Amino acid sequence: MISRQMAGRDLHMTIFIPTPLRPYTAGQEAIDIMASTISGALDHLTEAHPELRRHLFTDEGKLRAFVNLYLNDEDVRYLPAREATPVAAGDTLSIIPSIAGGCSSVSVR
Amino acid sequence: MAAITEPVPLPELTSDDLSRYSRHLILPEVGMEGQRKLKAARVLCVGTGGLGSPLAFYLAAAGVGTLGLVDFDVVDASNLQRQIIHSTRDIGRKKLDSAAEKLIALNPALNVVKHETMLSSANALEILKDYDVVADGTDNFPTRYLVNDACVLLGKPNVYGSIFRFEGQASVFATEKGPCYRCLYPEPPPPGLVPSCAEGGVLGILPGLVGVIQATEVIKLILGKGEPLIGRLLLVDALSMRFRELKLRKNPECPVCGDNPTVTQLIDYDQFCGIAHETPQSAAVKNGIPQLTVKEFKRRRDAGEDLFLLDVREPYEYQIAQIGGTLIPQNDVPQRLAEIPRDREVVVQCRSGGRSQKIAELLKQAGYMKVVNLAGGILAWSDEIDPTVRKY
Repeated sequence: MISRQMAGRDLHMTIFIPTPLRPYTAGQEAIDIMASTISGALDHLTEAHPELRRHLFTDEGKLRAFVNLYLNDEDVRYLPAREATPVAAGDTLSIIPSIAGGCSSVSVR
Repeated sequence: MAAITEPVPLPELTSDDLSRYSRHLILPEVGMEGQRKLKAARVLCVGTGGLGSPLAFYLAAAGVGTLGLVDFDVVDASNLQRQIIHSTRDIGRKKLDSAAEKLIALNPALNVVKHETMLSSANALEILKDYDVVADGTDNFPTRYLVNDACVLLGKPNVYGSIFRFEGQASVFATEKGPCYRCLYPEPPPPGLVPSCAEGGVLGILPGLVGVIQATEVIKLILGKGEPLIGRLLLVDALSMRFRELKLRKNPECPVCGDNPTVTQLIDYDQFCGIAHETPQSAAVKNGIPQLTVKEFKRRRDAGEDLFLLDVREPYEYQIAQIGGTLIPQNDVPQRLAEIPRDREVVVQCRSGGRSQKIAELLKQAGYMKVVNLAGGILAWSDEIDPTVRKY
């Protein structure tokens, strides 16, 4: 079990980008980031790919409710420190948006 | 894990059943008792399209006794790339009729119940109440929330699957101790933010993969065997063929399935998902972008107005059909703004008006003062102005 590093030290981690958001990361599905916390990782991600910002965050800077974040396999909403949770080297952050395709040629947009 | 069939005597198996299901009967996890549970089971498939096709086929093959089908759509040629329950000669036919015919050909003992309707808050509880398990194969957010809420209110497990391009999700929602769809996604995305399959495209095999995963979960719930995807979100990436799993928790504050539910009856799901029922005035502007009809665009172009038609589709689409626009695929637009004039009115165009709307909004945010969206895209142009422009 990898112990969590002290906050403040940037560590190597990977962010998985879901298909609907890949147009905003030049098609990349996994992005390596150095960060010490989850919110730090998201800041670095949106600095490198500013188009992502409005898809992930509201105007007030809050994470959008239909976007789920997972640190490894745990939902960030249920972590005690939520986005302030420190990350360990090799951690993954998954962005899981709602998708609704079922699919037919008729859909509501 | 308890099976979900009712505590009434299970139906007997006929001699036809014994020969048909022999491969099930010799499996310890199924056996005679399991097959009888399948025969007693009533499963509702919401949607007989991409996910519904493999789902319904395998449930019929497995010996599920009663299969309800909900669909009001008609078979279209573009469905046949993935909706394998339908055939070429079914084009133009009701999906329900096409699906029922193939299912009964596979398994004549199957009891098919057709629900030719759009599921709504007015009918969902009435339709769902007679089934043991619901399998959600729909393609839009309002119906997903509707099915979820109805399942929670009625106490029916909701076997969920959804797809986009080459990625899929699957889980089992609305069981007593497990989460529901709203625990995962408390709010829907605003309309237009998540492209539909018609816009984003979808790998034909993908609903096959995910639909059979759903069928597997339905069968496991009926048999009471194995570990169902309760509290687990299965993620499928078909391109890399990687399967990942995330933990789903039941949200104690969930408005539908939590400790203090506030949603105790079905609501207006279109409104919940921000889909306004459009009036003619509101259709003229979307998210601050004026909508230009193809007729009006033709009139102004023919009158010699200096409009810049920006086509944001992909090169292969441009090769199929184009109406004289300058092609800059949508993902390239942010890097190629220098090629898009700021001093002329920019008319953004795509296939059906969805991608072009997003790019129009992007241009507006980038400071373009005169941007409009060609409503309906090249499809509308083909329908209303020039039928020789090929549709695809």
